[in-house]
Amino acid sequence: MADEKKSQSGLTSLRRRELLKLTPVVLVGAFFVPRWQEKMLDQGLRFSDWVAGGTFGRHRQAQTFSDSEVAPFEKFPYNYYDVEDPEVDLDAWKLTVEGLVKRPGAYTLAQITSLPKRVQNTRHICVEGWDVIGNFGGTPVSAFLDLVGADTTAKFLEVECEDDYYESIDMASALHPQSLLCYEMYGKPLDRGHGAPLRLQMPTKLGYKQAKYMNTLRVANVQKAGKRGYWEDQGYDWFGGL
Amino acid sequence: MKTDLAYLRTATFAEAGKRVRAVYEHPTVVRFTHWLNGICIVVMTMTGLQIFRAFPSFGPKLPESELFTPPKLLRLGGWLGGALQWHFTFMWIFVIGGVVYLLYEAASGHWRTVLFRPRDIAGVWPMAKHYFLFGAKPEETAPYNPLQKLAYTTTILLGVLSVVTGMVMYKPVQLHWLAFLFGGYHLTRIWHFLAMCGFWAFVPGHLVMVALHGWENFASMVVGWKRNPSYLPAENSEPDPAA
Repeated sequence: MADEKKSQSGLTSLRRRELLKLTPVVLVGAFFVPRWQEKMLDQGLRFSDWVAGGTFGRHRQAQTFSDSEVAPFEKFPYNYYDVEDPEVDLDAWKLTVEGLVKRPGAYTLAQITSLPKRVQNTRHICVEGWDVIGNFGGTPVSAFLDLVGADTTAKFLEVECEDDYYESIDMASALHPQSLLCYEMYGKPLDRGHGAPLRLQMPTKLGYKQAKYMNTLRVANVQKAGKRGYWEDQGYDWFGGL
Repeated sequence: MKTDLAYLRTATFAEAGKRVRAVYEHPTVVRFTHWLNGICIVVMTMTGLQIFRAFPSFGPKLPESELFTPPKLLRLGGWLGGALQWHFTFMWIFVIGGVVYLLYEAASGHWRTVLFRPRDIAGVWPMAKHYFLFGAKPEETAPYNPLQKLAYTTTILLGVLSVVTGMVMYKPVQLHWLAFLFGGYHLTRIWHFLAMCGFWAFVPGHLVMVALHGWENFASMVVGWKRNPSYLPAENSEPDPAA
């Protein structure tokens, strides 16, 4: 090994120059400044959402499973944030449809169940880290949006629920063929713990996006401030896609 | 022992009337990505433990059997949502830092310093004996000894594993073909967790070793040049061409 060069200048000054080259690393320290932290992490989350939304393919299907791979009904968790049963009056229940639709109004469950039905065995993934394969039946969200004459070029589908939960979904995910207005699990009407009478079931979304006990559906181009979603408004990422 | 150090830059300096030899062990890109990725690894593993806290199990949700509760001191983010914000922000920095590092290593030839190769196998045990069983210190012939190369190469692979398994969990619909490699979506979370455990094992050991090996060794990862490294031929055995 031969010396590449001889230098009469001090090693110390050379090393000082090399140290300066590293200074941009301290920019990461901005994340640890309390007054900037929240804003920067929010931007990071939005960037992730932007990438996730941009790479979402409406024609790419979530994996489906055979009946033998489906977890038994009693192993499918009841996961709720506040109450397990908001005591919905199932006989009087109607779905209110508002926003950018040609035929707004209140729709009965019978009107929804008369639409084309889709049954699927898909994986339900919770943001906490657990997952379970279940059997779900319902009508594709896109079929219902057809029925109400929704403007499917709008950006968002907003959902309100009987238990004060609320969500908003990007239109591309809502129109995905596996996105259901779900009224059945395991061949039986949705029970109260799982969101009776109607919930979103979307294998391309995390569980918290799949609102239970739906009572209002709104098609919109602008999200209501502070109403992006129950958990999203507290810090979860909005896209919540898989 | 045959050495293969021609790829390293060396220089001789005059310092207080004495000649000093120095080696440019860690080029700027390596140092930069070392510190950047180091910060990322701390953030990712600490938020990783906070995320694990939300469901500390690898079994079903029903019934849930908690494996362990990670100590609060080792967690970052406060709650699941807060930890995910850090995780989903720093994952981009980590991936960029990691890719830049790997491309640089491959293109520059600096991989010779780090990559554990079959020829290094024989040197692992003598070095381990020296570190842990008071064995004689093997002769140093390169910036990193075989045990170091093994540890660093393993850690780089842990980084790759954590990124790939993380991608599978972030986008399982699109990457289900990758999930197949790890035994499906459910088991991918275990691989991701094991990669994190690897980092939790490596980082404290790395810090202890750095503390034991003195200032000059540490400084070289900050300023690149290491003064009079012991693997260079002894200075007084060479004639001074400038004299």
